[in-house]
Order: sequence, then structure tokens, then C-alpha cells
Amino acid sequence: MTKHHGIGASMKRREDQRFLTGAGRYTDDINRPGQAYVHFLRSDVAHGRIKLLDVAAASTIPGVLSIFTAEDFADAGGLPTAWQVTNRDGSAQQEPKHPILAEGMVRHIGEAIVAVVAETLEIAQDASEAIELEIEELPAVLDMKDALADGAPKVHEDLTSNLCFDWGFLEDNKAAVDAAFESAHHVTTLDLVNNRCVANPMEPRCAVAEFDAGTDEYTLFTTSQNPHVIRLLMGAFVLNIPETKLRIVAPDVGGAFGSKIYHYGEEAFVTRASKVLGRPVKWTSTRSEAFVTDAQGRDHVTTIQLALDADGMFQAFRTETYANLGAYLRLFATVTPTYLHGPAAGGPYRTPLAYVHVKGVFTNTVPVDAYRGAGRPEGSYQLERLVDKAAREMGIDPVEIRRKNFIKPDEFPYQTPLAVQYDSGNYHAILDRLLEISDHSGLDARKAESASKGKLRGFGCATWVECSGLAPSQLIGALGARAGLYESATVRVNPTGGISVFTGTHAHGQGHETAFAQIVADKLGIDADTVEIVHGDTSKVPFGMGTYGSRSGSVGGAAIARATDKVIEKAKKFAAHLVEAAEADVELKDGHFTVAGTDKSVAWGDVALAAYVPHNYPAETLEPGLEETAFFDPVNFVYPSGAYGCEVEVDPETGKVMVVSFAAADDFGVVINPMIVEGQQHGGVVQGIGQAVLENAVYDDSGQLLSASFMDYALPRAKDLPSLVVDHSVFTECTHNPLGVKGCGEAGAIGAPPAVVNAVLDALAAHGVTEIDMPLTPSRVWQAIQDAKPAAAAE
Amino acid sequence: MFNWERDMPTVSMTVNGVAVSGEIEGRTLLVDFLREGLRLTGTHVGCDTSQCGACVVHMNGSSVKACTVFAAEAEGAEIRTIEGMANSDGSLGVIQAAFRDNHGLQCGFCTPGMVMSAAELLARNNNPTEAEVREWLEGNLCRCTGYHNIVKSILAAAAVMRGEAQAAE
Repeated sequence: MTKHHGIGASMKRREDQRFLTGAGRYTDDINRPGQAYVHFLRSDVAHGRIKLLDVAAASTIPGVLSIFTAEDFADAGGLPTAWQVTNRDGSAQQEPKHPILAEGMVRHIGEAIVAVVAETLEIAQDASEAIELEIEELPAVLDMKDALADGAPKVHEDLTSNLCFDWGFLEDNKAAVDAAFESAHHVTTLDLVNNRCVANPMEPRCAVAEFDAGTDEYTLFTTSQNPHVIRLLMGAFVLNIPETKLRIVAPDVGGAFGSKIYHYGEEAFVTRASKVLGRPVKWTSTRSEAFVTDAQGRDHVTTIQLALDADGMFQAFRTETYANLGAYLRLFATVTPTYLHGPAAGGPYRTPLAYVHVKGVFTNTVPVDAYRGAGRPEGSYQLERLVDKAAREMGIDPVEIRRKNFIKPDEFPYQTPLAVQYDSGNYHAILDRLLEISDHSGLDARKAESASKGKLRGFGCATWVECSGLAPSQLIGALGARAGLYESATVRVNPTGGISVFTGTHAHGQGHETAFAQIVADKLGIDADTVEIVHGDTSKVPFGMGTYGSRSGSVGGAAIARATDKVIEKAKKFAAHLVEAAEADVELKDGHFTVAGTDKSVAWGDVALAAYVPHNYPAETLEPGLEETAFFDPVNFVYPSGAYGCEVEVDPETGKVMVVSFAAADDFGVVINPMIVEGQQHGGVVQGIGQAVLENAVYDDSGQLLSASFMDYALPRAKDLPSLVVDHSVFTECTHNPLGVKGCGEAGAIGAPPAVVNAVLDALAAHGVTEIDMPLTPSRVWQAIQDAKPAAAAE
Repeated sequence: MFNWERDMPTVSMTVNGVAVSGEIEGRTLLVDFLREGLRLTGTHVGCDTSQCGACVVHMNGSSVKACTVFAAEAEGAEIRTIEGMANSDGSLGVIQAAFRDNHGLQCGFCTPGMVMSAAELLARNNNPTEAEVREWLEGNLCRCTGYHNIVKSILAAAAVMRGEAQAAE
């Protein structure tokens, strides 16, 4: 029974009961007594100067409580960014202020200008239409290279240019890398665009705040991945509220994928307004607002080059990337395309020399920040596309060129040229596993079958390593992080034996309430059903940094394991008294404390009770109570890896791409709950397929977002997808966290896009198509086939 | 100028077998009546263009997007929501149990709409192919699961309904 619910068991999720019966409690399900509603009047132009703003008429509308503009937040700070990136010349990144409400200028469509608070949402919406607002439209800065040209209009007048940072990694490598290219046998060069995506969790953002005038305490219910981080940022940097007076609750959250990490102005607004008005204030995003206010993802324009020797061995690679940051810096805006991008950009290969060069650029578009994978999908995409291109140019099989360049299993720990040390992995074994589970040997027959239907079938492969489990605090501190990224956990054993675990991570689909209980149950040898997981409330959980960067298991789970170890150590002292044995002789096994070589035994529940009933042990030397806290700060990142294989069918008449099969062999280290992990693989892979085939945030020349609804932004639907084959059976343990886990949340989004695009290029090879950018829409694919025709005919 | 204290018509309907009525505005959507008026918050709002399907409920036996139906249009109707899908003893219904057993949900936000859509599909056809299930889910978006386990859940529920399989536990 106990083993059934320990580490490695596919325990059914306890969360599901409430989600399946309509009893989940998401932020928008929360209404507070006397609640008022806010509607934000937002900019409908991408760049402009506010010439006239008059709210007088709107203020007189019955039911309007108050109308706020930037002047009402003159004393508030801007929304902060978490990372200081240092330029190649040693200077600091440029950081414009990001106000809660626009201060005279608007810099992207959707930027909030005015906030109308009213008795009902409908009144607030109606009243906002009575506001007199005139904006002088200015030229919008959209293309990144244009934005950096001399004399380009500036997104922020007070900055020297639209260049936020100019970062080289590692700058010390550059000369050696350039020299390797000079003497290379072969150089492969690839230009590509990593398309901008919108995270689109199904639950739109929402925030409800209330203020208790009796205690001066604020409570903010919000759709967040990291409530303590919101408390810290909003309290210390924006509204100047001490942590002791600010409670943040992130209840059930309906998906996030990075977009709910950041502290958004709407959260600060409702918090401040709840005190000003003396009433709770609620804001719920519409999907239309989400498209223009949630942080967007990716958007890199890159040139990447690979130097190879005559045998196809990689000698060096270098990149030059323009990373679109949008109009303002959100929390992880500058770390995402730099330190979350560069360190793993070398993938699973032994390439001895590497240099990653990224320029972060401001444009008049919605701010860009971490989206599932955050910097690592961009790295994996550019490298895996490049490797395929190099293989084609040199006449080497794409699978073989990867295999021959892999870091070998006996070379771990492996110091890369990009500052990090991979602790463990077996890239050859997961590639072999992929070829097995994808029935690679049957590919030719399937190609022939597709051809008989007039379809072009292609196979694409991607092998990758991510650098996740954020993050070793001392290392990231040296690199410019303004915070630590440890995690905390408290394990409280209650008198009757039930256990409450308080974790600083937050679940928004990942099933922590189940998987984390399995960790504790496994260590104690008790049933997981007696372990409750508490998260998402700063008034209950001591501290935490939240959930992102595939960190919950490897950092948060590790903290839970450590705190549980401490509990066991103390429980043994109580047990020793109960069985009258030396503490050193007491062992915990299957939920019982036993004394080796005797029949003495005491059950876990009796020890828990004894901890709170100090009748027969010396309370002056053994404190009553059984509750321990641990902070776990990893000494290194974790390095999950994967080998992905995709097969597509392309209709050459229409350009339509169908992903007909997808297989993923991942090394996640030890897996706590295989069912949940496989669900993460599915979801990540489909987000990657979505980026590769369907999704694109498209701005027109004036900075309007054309794909701003689910009618225009193509989220994957069930019929767009095949059944997926996922596997995690071949693994190597992480060597530096107590559970041996590596993290699985971002994997699919990192590995899938290059596998899909490589498959399409394989399918189109016979037509002479060698390059194409995501998303692979029918029109793009069809056009690529047409464009390649003259060249193919000439050959 | 409009008068916000306008006349508030009353609407009456049956929701999950219970007769209910309440005051609405002409523009009140069924989903808002359910969520705000009746506090049945299991039905969710994920978009404003009738694309995502998080708000799917049954109206007189057919699945509808409750964000696209005015509350007034549901006058006299039989409405069934996710809160009415469990068995009378409170245990999960066949489709709900299949979603749990096959990990057909992650964040849970699209789940009520998925279950309600699946219920109509399986009422019409208790032996759908995988392709038919995928086609049927055209109007329901999920960002977490990649649909893989949702499809698996619905096929598993169909097998139980046909008597070919038993629900786990």
C-alpha cells in the first residue's frame, strides 16, 4: 500500500476531484463583500503622446466610484525587472520605467492609461467610453534592426537608443571562436526567425484586492505562479507596503506557462485602489486584453554558424541574435535571452568553442518575457536546425552527425565552453531509445505509403539539453540576478499523525498536491493520503520563489525532502524514548520506528502524538513539537535532455503540414509520478508543435496585433495533432539534489519545434527547399515550394 | 445617458434539476448568470469570441457555449453544468472518472467544458473513433494536456458506457 503511493507510482491526482466537479477555486471565482470592479482604458495605438485626457464627464456617471490616472500613482515605483545584464563593454543594460498607468506616452497597444472603478463591470466599461482621450500617434518602432539604425524613433525618449543590452557569452571565448572559423574545413551558416508566441493559459489573469482598515493589511488574490515574489516586488518596489501587511493568495491557477510569473500593473492597481476606496476591487482580464497585456514569448532573429572539420566534427559555433523585448522590461525580460539562453545553447555536443551574442531591443510591441522554456527553446531551435543543415551540406545522416558529436557517457561531469558543467546524461542511449519508440526502421515504408497518397513524408530529429532547475543562487548572483532562487519547505507533523507540507512553489496544472505528497510518503513509509500539500498563500507558507524554469521538483521537492529528513531525525529522538533504546539504534522503516536486532517497534502515529504530549521525555533537552523547515539552494542547474523524432506529411498541392507522429525520449532523472510527467511531456510537445506549425503573434506596420484573438491566433486543437509517444525510461540521476530529479515542465516546448521543422525540410528536400521559418502555415510551405522550383529545375 | 438602475427582468430556468430564477439585464450572458447569479463557478470563461469552450453547458440536452447565450434565452430551459455531472451519491460520473483515471486534465480550467462536450458526444455515439473524438473537440481548447489524455479519457469513458470496460477504482 505504501509503496503504491511513493516515488515512482502513478498515483491519481487528488486535485482532480474538485476540478472535475466544478469545485475548483480560481481567482475569478472569488468575490469579496462590497466588491467594486475596474475596467482599464487601454491604448489603441502602438506609440503615441497623450494630448488630452479628461475624465470629468465619465466621473459623473451614476455608479462610477473613482477614475484613476498616472497622477494617482505618482508616488509608486515602476514594475521591476529581476536581472542586471552587463554589456560587452562593461556598462549596464538600459532600464526604462514601467509605470502602472501610462505617464504621458503610450508605447504598445493595450498599455493601460486610465482605470475606471465602478459598482459593476458594465458601468465601468460604459463609463470608460465617456472619457475624452486624444493620442498623437508617433511612428512605431517594430523591426529590430530598424530600431537600432541611426536616427530611428525611440521607444523611450529618455534612453540613449532602443538597445537595451549588447551581451556576449563568453566574451573571453570570442577570439578563439573566430580563429576556429578561420581555419575550419566547412562552415554552415543559417539565418532564422524564432516566431513570437502568446502563452495563452486557458484562464485569463485576474486580481481581487481588499484592505482591512482595522489592521492596515492588504490581501490580494491573484493568478500568479509565485505569490511570495509578487509580495516582494509589489510591496518593496512598487507600492511600499511591508511584507507584514501584505498577503498574496494564488488559489487554483488555470495554466500559466511563464505568463503568470511577472508582477503586472493591474495587481498593483487593485491593491492600491482597495485602500483608496475602502472596498474590495476586482479585475478580470478578457481574452482580448490578455493578448495585448500578458507577456509574450520568443521573438528572436538569429544568424548562427557552425565550424566543422572534414569528419563532420563540430569545432565551434557562434550566434548573433536580436531579441525583441517589446516596449518595457518585465521581470525576466533580460535574463531570458541571455543567461537562460546562452548556457545551454551548446546542446548535447562536445563542441569545444562557442560564443553567443545577443542584442536586446526595445520595440513598440507588447513586452516579451519567459514563455515555457524561456531562452532554451530559442537555443535548441537554432542549434538543431543548424546541425541538420550542416549534415545535409556535408552529406552525413542527421542522426549520425548528432551521435558522433555527442558528449560521451563517461565524460560526465562535462565542463562546457558556456560556463556550466553538465552533471549527468547519456545522450547516445536516449537517441537509441527514440529510434526504437518511433519505429525508425519502418520510416522508408511509411514514406512510400505517403508518396502513394501524393503526400511528402519527412522525418526530423532534435536532440537537446536544457539548463533548468532555477537556480544556484551564488552563481546567478555573480551573473547579475537580483534575488536568490532557492526554495523553502516546512513539514508539520500534526498530533494525530497527519502531515501538512508548506511549499513555496505553486501548482497551476503540475499536480504538486499529489506528487509532493508522494515524496514525503516515500521517505516516511506512510500512505500519501495522510500528507496534505499547502501552497499559494503567503500567510501560510513561510517563503518561496514559486514555480517556473522546471524548478519545482528539483528545487522545491528537494526542500521538502530535506525538511522531511529533519523531521525524521527529530522523530527518532521521540521514538528512542518510547522504545527505550539509543537513538542511534532507531530506524524508520515502512512507517514504523524499530530497533535493529530487537522486536521493539513504535508506529509513526504514536511518535507524532508523543511529540505533542511530552509526558515521558526530558522536555528541557528535547523540545516538544514536530515541525521542520528547510531551504534548499542547488549548487548547480539540472540538465534534462531529450531526443525527439517527428514525422510529417506535407501536401505539396496546398502546403498543408500534418504532424502524423511524434516521439519523445526524455532523460528527466528520477521520476516521482510517471503519469504526471507524461502529461507534462504531452503538453510541452504540443506547445512546441503549435509554435512550429500554427502560432504566430503578427503585428502590422502600425504596431497593431493582428492575431489578437483565438479566431486569429491559431492555438493547436485536438484534430491538428497525432497521438504522442513519450518515454522517460532511459535516465541518469541528477547528482546534486537529494531526489535525483531533473525537471520536465519545459522539455517538450524546447525539443519539439526543431524536430517538426527538420521533418518538414526533410519532406521538402526533394523539392529543393532548404530553409523555412516557423510557423509552417500552408501558405508559407506552398510559397517555399514555388520559390524553390526554378532553382531545382536549374540543377 | 443610460440609466444604470434600469429595469431588471427576471429569468427562470432549471439548473441541475433545481428550479431557479433571478434578476438579469438584457445583456446578461448565461455564463454570467450561472457564475455570478447562482455562484455555480465550475463553468469558466476563457475567451470572448466563443472559441475556447471552457463555458460549455447543456441546454435542453445539447451542449452550448454559455458565453454565447443570453440568460434571457434560457427562460424555461433545462440547464446542466459540471456541478450536475457527478452521480447522486457524490461519486464521479463515468466521464469524470475517466478523466481522473487517464490524467485527462492538468490545470482544470478547460475541464468542465471538455467533460460537458464529451458527454454530448458520447450520448450521441458511444463508440467514437479517435479521429471522431478529435473532430468533436474542435470547439474546446486546452493548453495543458496536448489533448492526448483528454482523447484517451473520452475513449475510455466510451468503453465503460458500452460495458466493455470498468472504471478504475
